[in-house]
Amino acid sequence: MSEALLEVQNLKKYYSASKGMFKKFGDSVKAVDGVSFTIEKGEVFGLVGESGSGKSTIGKTILRLHEKTDGDVMFKGKDVFSLSRKELRQLRVQTQLVFQDPFSSLNPRLRVGDAIGEAMVEHGLVSKREVRERVLEVMDKCGLSPFHIDRYPHEFSGGQRQRIVIARAMALNPEFIVMDEPVAALDVSIQAQIINLFSDLQRENGLSYLFISHDLSVVEHLCTKIAIMYLGNIVELAPKEELFDHPLHPYTKALLSAIPIPDPTAKRERIILTGDIPSPINPPSGCKFRTRCPMATDLCAEKAPDYREAGAGHFVACHYV
Amino acid sequence: MNETLLQVKHLQTNFYTENGVVKAVNDVSFAIREGETVCIVGESGCGKSITALSLMQLIPENGKVEGGEINFSGKNLLDLSKKDIRRLRGNEIGMIFQEPMTSLNPVFTIGEQMIEPIQEHLLLSKKDAYKKAMELITMLGIPNAEKIVNLYPHELSGGMLQRIMIAIALSCNPKLIIADEPTTALDVTIQAQILDLLRDIKKEFNTSMLLITHDLGVVAEMADYVVVMYAGKVVEEGPVLELFKNPQHPYTKGLLKAKPVIGERKDRLYTIAGQVPNLVDLHEACYFADRCEHAMDICRMKQPVLTEIAKGQKAACWLYEDGENR
Repeated sequence: MSEALLEVQNLKKYYSASKGMFKKFGDSVKAVDGVSFTIEKGEVFGLVGESGSGKSTIGKTILRLHEKTDGDVMFKGKDVFSLSRKELRQLRVQTQLVFQDPFSSLNPRLRVGDAIGEAMVEHGLVSKREVRERVLEVMDKCGLSPFHIDRYPHEFSGGQRQRIVIARAMALNPEFIVMDEPVAALDVSIQAQIINLFSDLQRENGLSYLFISHDLSVVEHLCTKIAIMYLGNIVELAPKEELFDHPLHPYTKALLSAIPIPDPTAKRERIILTGDIPSPINPPSGCKFRTRCPMATDLCAEKAPDYREAGAGHFVACHYV
Repeated sequence: MNETLLQVKHLQTNFYTENGVVKAVNDVSFAIREGETVCIVGESGCGKSITALSLMQLIPENGKVEGGEINFSGKNLLDLSKKDIRRLRGNEIGMIFQEPMTSLNPVFTIGEQMIEPIQEHLLLSKKDAYKKAMELITMLGIPNAEKIVNLYPHELSGGMLQRIMIAIALSCNPKLIIADEPTTALDVTIQAQILDLLRDIKKEFNTSMLLITHDLGVVAEMADYVVVMYAGKVVEEGPVLELFKNPQHPYTKGLLKAKPVIGERKDRLYTIAGQVPNLVDLHEACYFADRCEHAMDICRMKQPVLTEIAKGQKAACWLYEDGENR
């Protein structure tokens, strides 16, 4: 029986844009503008979108690294934004984050062993005496050799640094990991190694991931459920097979058709979207996608489409689906 | 068959670092014919970008082109003086880089940066150069040309800037465009627009293109001919259809298998074990041997030579050498 690990209800996160040089009072960037989804235990949930769609903001806000503007986030039945100090510390153990750039997410002055072990000691999970043993155990799980423990981050390649970052996250035995573009900076041959490591760790430990990525092919490989974002909203959400075999939203269709396939004989209908993603400070009225949508009509400019269930577990926000 | 426009023979580019000599481009040969798109594909550090920079002689200071020939429309570029090379860059050979945000000067307007090379190379008056710039902007599908020319780079999106870069590269009607990862920094939907644009340009002007990329999907869409590089060496080359249908070198095979593809649902991805070797102090061996499933004794002792295996398709691998050739 599956149970909800994380429930997000109508989450909003606005950043004020009225500071600094551009003093237009009252402007705000609606980075996340009313997003709802549920991640079940053991599920790998993919969040896909282009730059500025708000996918990273969601990742940070649900872990309370940012405060929300509105909405609810429940982790294991508890409201993340009304946790006591003690409960919040506990959340920091149960949830972890892996970022895109393994070069800037490791302290260059900390040896690998210390980087991995630091949080374990801080949270009192192991005594100082046991820490080295535990670190070696985690490193082994993540495909690092024991002699790496006393080295510094600069001695490692990108792929291996990402392994260190993953080991650091795994050290606390978390239940839920937010992965923010964890393989985007890696080469294809290394990317495949890291993706397989994610699958192994997930299966062995019954982990749940929120996997944020712009790369639909990676998401298709790894995730069980996928949400597509555009300018702060989820436009479509469905189980993987359903989303890839029967995409409903015109944006999803365009995204799928825009990905170059490594097969020169592949013939397919391309949908080339015109124009750029509009600014989130001043998004289009009604449906935010209408300025680039090949199917847009007057209705789309007047009214934002409802986010509704179009089939079992398949949610979409479009007037013409 | 069309005539050969660019012929690179045994190109050797070395970098002198504290740790030793890095053979970034190690005996690389390939050719580009008129109207042809050649893709160099490989992972970071394989020498693909340095190959492109060597052609233009834009190598960083601690590097040097130390051997080989680059024949471009009858001249060896390595023999030209600095002044002559300068005249060639941006004129007969246009270049587009990965990061459109950092390739343009932030303190000059788009118009100023477009007009400068046009005046310099085509010897037009400022007024005519301006007109030409406007034409180019409109041709590349950017609306409001009059407004765009007066904007500064930070006021445009990445996709727009890359269009401007392409416009600048096209402005002097080059015979060859070198594009180094032109869509890597862009979103998928914008990437599709730019690739479409590059295809149109090729069709309309019959421009040859050297496209450097790590993305096999982009290669499949754009290339006529593919060169696969690994650790400074060409390991395989061939026409795009053959190479994807029938890859020969274990590295090419591995790359194709390791990439997750939409619609192919596999339980596990194929991986190439290990990582790219350090390019300092490589000794005589196949550089891929340590990561290769098929490595034999000879692979660790002697470097394989690029030889024709199937029609038009070449690979550097001992698997395809019979006893007599060893």
